Amino acid sequence: MTRTPLPNRWRRYSDWDERPLRLDRFARDDAEHGFAAFRSPSDPSPGVEIAQGRIAAMDGVLAHDFDMIDAFIADHHLDPEIAPEAMAMDSAEVARMLVDMNVPRTELVRLAHGMTPAKLADVVSRLNALEIAFAYSKMRPRERPGNQGHVTNAKDDPLQLAADAAIAVGLGFDEIETTMRVARNSWANAMACVVGSSVGRWGTLFQCSSEEAEELRIGMAGFTSYAETVSVYGTEKSFTDGDDTPWSKAFLVAAYASRGIKARCTSGGGAELLMGFHEAKSLLYLEARCLCLQRGMGVQGTQNGGIDGAPLTATITGGMREMMAENLLAVWLDLECASGNDARATESEIRVGAKIMPYLVAGSDFICSGFGTILSYDNSFNASLFNGEELEDFLVLQRDFEADGGLTPLTETSALELRRRAVDAISAVFEELDLAQPTEAMKTSVVQASGSRETDSFSTGATTRISAEIERRGLTVIDVIRALAKRGFEEEARNLLNLVKLRVSGDYLQTSAIVRDGQVVSAINDPNEYGGPGTGYRLDEARREAISGIRDTLGQNEVLRDQALHKKAEARRIAYLDGGDAEIGRDGNEVVIGISPAFGLQLFRTTGGHNLSEVLACLIRGVEGAGGVARVVRMHHTADTSFLGLSAARMAGSGIGIGLQAKGTAIIHARDRLPHNNLELFSNAPITTLDHYEGLGRNAADYALEREVEPVLVPTKGEALGARFHAQVAIIHAIETSLVDPDRAPEPVAVKFLGTGGEGAA
Amino acid sequence: MKTPTVADYPLAEKHGDDLRGPRGRTLDEVTLEAVMEGRVGIEDLRITPEALHAQAAIARDAGRETLARNFERAAELIDVPQDVIMQTYEMLRPGRVRTHRELAEQAEMLRRDYGARQIAEFVERAADIYLRRGLVERG
Repeated sequence: MTRTPLPNRWRRYSDWDERPLRLDRFARDDAEHGFAAFRSPSDPSPGVEIAQGRIAAMDGVLAHDFDMIDAFIADHHLDPEIAPEAMAMDSAEVARMLVDMNVPRTELVRLAHGMTPAKLADVVSRLNALEIAFAYSKMRPRERPGNQGHVTNAKDDPLQLAADAAIAVGLGFDEIETTMRVARNSWANAMACVVGSSVGRWGTLFQCSSEEAEELRIGMAGFTSYAETVSVYGTEKSFTDGDDTPWSKAFLVAAYASRGIKARCTSGGGAELLMGFHEAKSLLYLEARCLCLQRGMGVQGTQNGGIDGAPLTATITGGMREMMAENLLAVWLDLECASGNDARATESEIRVGAKIMPYLVAGSDFICSGFGTILSYDNSFNASLFNGEELEDFLVLQRDFEADGGLTPLTETSALELRRRAVDAISAVFEELDLAQPTEAMKTSVVQASGSRETDSFSTGATTRISAEIERRGLTVIDVIRALAKRGFEEEARNLLNLVKLRVSGDYLQTSAIVRDGQVVSAINDPNEYGGPGTGYRLDEARREAISGIRDTLGQNEVLRDQALHKKAEARRIAYLDGGDAEIGRDGNEVVIGISPAFGLQLFRTTGGHNLSEVLACLIRGVEGAGGVARVVRMHHTADTSFLGLSAARMAGSGIGIGLQAKGTAIIHARDRLPHNNLELFSNAPITTLDHYEGLGRNAADYALEREVEPVLVPTKGEALGARFHAQVAIIHAIETSLVDPDRAPEPVAVKFLGTGGEGAA
Repeated sequence: MKTPTVADYPLAEKHGDDLRGPRGRTLDEVTLEAVMEGRVGIEDLRITPEALHAQAAIARDAGRETLARNFERAAELIDVPQDVIMQTYEMLRPGRVRTHRELAEQAEMLRRDYGARQIAEFVERAADIYLRRGLVERG
């Protein structure tokens, strides 16, 4: 006797093992070792003591014990005039004010000036994820949302950088950011991106993330317009380990402003944990320190919300919520916020979608502080939450929720034109400045390439020589503008000049500044004044239309045009000779096939791609093969599958009928059954094969002849057939129902298979 | 221009005719034609202390005192050469200088040679805190 072995695993776990999610690892909460998102026993209680107008103690630390971060916050952030009032407020009450649309943003910003890091963290930790998103939407400084994108590639190829920068600008990114595989290529990267970004429109701000001193020099040469590499940390040891102090970073922030360059700091939960100096404090408390420090420095904004620490933060319970809370703290402190959604924190596309959603619906100064506009393998910052691969998913999310994620769909034609123009522009600049001579083959390969693996362009080494030459000769953006204009790229030359002129007025140094339609738009002239429904940012009709314009949408015209393509061929295969009144059959072997009103008249193919002549031939062959007799009747009074089938059954001598819609849905019905209680139904027309239809015909005859029947099953792989076909199905069905005449009797149809249109003749 | 407020923002739009670059050219004079004729160079595309002070006043009017102070510190750095800026930044980084006095002397130099009063105070405060936190020695 054989024994069935005992199972040792439910195989669903093996299925789950195969999901991308299982590549993500998750950490258990362990506050002592820094794995705590919102609260740790080591976090201090909020508190402040003021003596003679100065901060004498903050969050449980006396002034003479302040570390550098405490000292800087006490010097520059905490306002002793407001602190007594703000610190005395009940945290739960302040939390309610954050989500109360009747409490103006300005009042909350004023109170934040008097709150310590522990107090700020205590307040926002009381909000759930939805409340955080809502508060974020209310508190973000600029009303219009925006987005930032990465433009890099795996070869540092300048031709591709220019092409991809033009695409990013075309998509609507307000800022683009590059970095290098080889640090020495920074000058070439900067020149290529800024030229590409001048194609099509002007105003996209650009930064080249590199070593601090070099970044400042590239900025002074006029190639870049902003910087966000000024990292700050929430513990003193992380700060000094990162080779800086609050004073060195604040000095750098002032240095950028002195050169007319917009700057923001970078911080984010998980950074201190990654560096090993977390002091057993929660991520949120440490980030609150970073943000108070940033406000104190007088930097206009921050890039926070995990950032490089995001993949680590996402492993912790509440990590995603914590990143949202960090961003809320930033905007509450009145800082521009480039809200993370940057480093890809998960392999699960579901977690990616969930991560972006609150930001998309709440809006943000920059929803991503680096959306990968290029393919993920070309992203020199490492893969982003969203990359070139998933860009259209993002465009569709905007459309789904009528939410402004800062991007606008590009048509294929304009995308190709932008790439061509950008590649020609940078090539002209290289030639004019005697830096390189790109060949036509190089240019063409870049214009059409999706990513650098497909290009035949500059090698990394060749780019290094170009970069060294730009630096050695001290070329500036003025040389580039002149070269562009000389070679006929006058529009690009003007665009670039406009961008550089921004630094003379410094308007774009103000909080949350971007450029839209040639105007600087910031928290000064476009403040977020949300006060409930009907206020704050709303899509206007033009913007809504732009977001709606994704490619390949369906309308009745497309469906009719598509069907008409098959009309001629079908006319060679089949003739429907309608006429007269259909009678009730008397032959007990007879199966009636009831076809829908538009069948073969306006509609010629099923959603499964079968010609209607073939489908009908298969059904007839099936009926007849099993010893039945088939008769075709066209219904005019209904287009509904059940009623097509039931009406056919009531006309059949056997009492068995088949209902068949032009889109391919088929049913077997019997005359004595309730309308929706059929014998067999093929509801998934897109995956129904001709063999299935023949089997259905056979079964109908078997029911008629009262044999044992094994129902035909159409197996699905679990496809989202509704998503793929329902728009088309609804349009097709509308064509059918438009022909319905409730008073018109069924008509007999003499079907003649002509056998000249290819397969399908019976 | 009298002390600007948020109503004067953006300066380039509202005051483009009297907003001047470092060599006295107004923003409206900076055209592509002027660039092509060599009348405008990169030197005309730098921010001025006046513009930064105006932005500071606007930021202050909008309730952003710390941002305003940053712009005021920045205004003092405009005429400080790049190498001095980078040298000062280096000195402020941990472990670069050994003594409080070196930072204090740098602060004094910035005050004396460039009139950078607030920057100097800022560096002096850093020196005091660094001393207390053991980043530099007295001496």
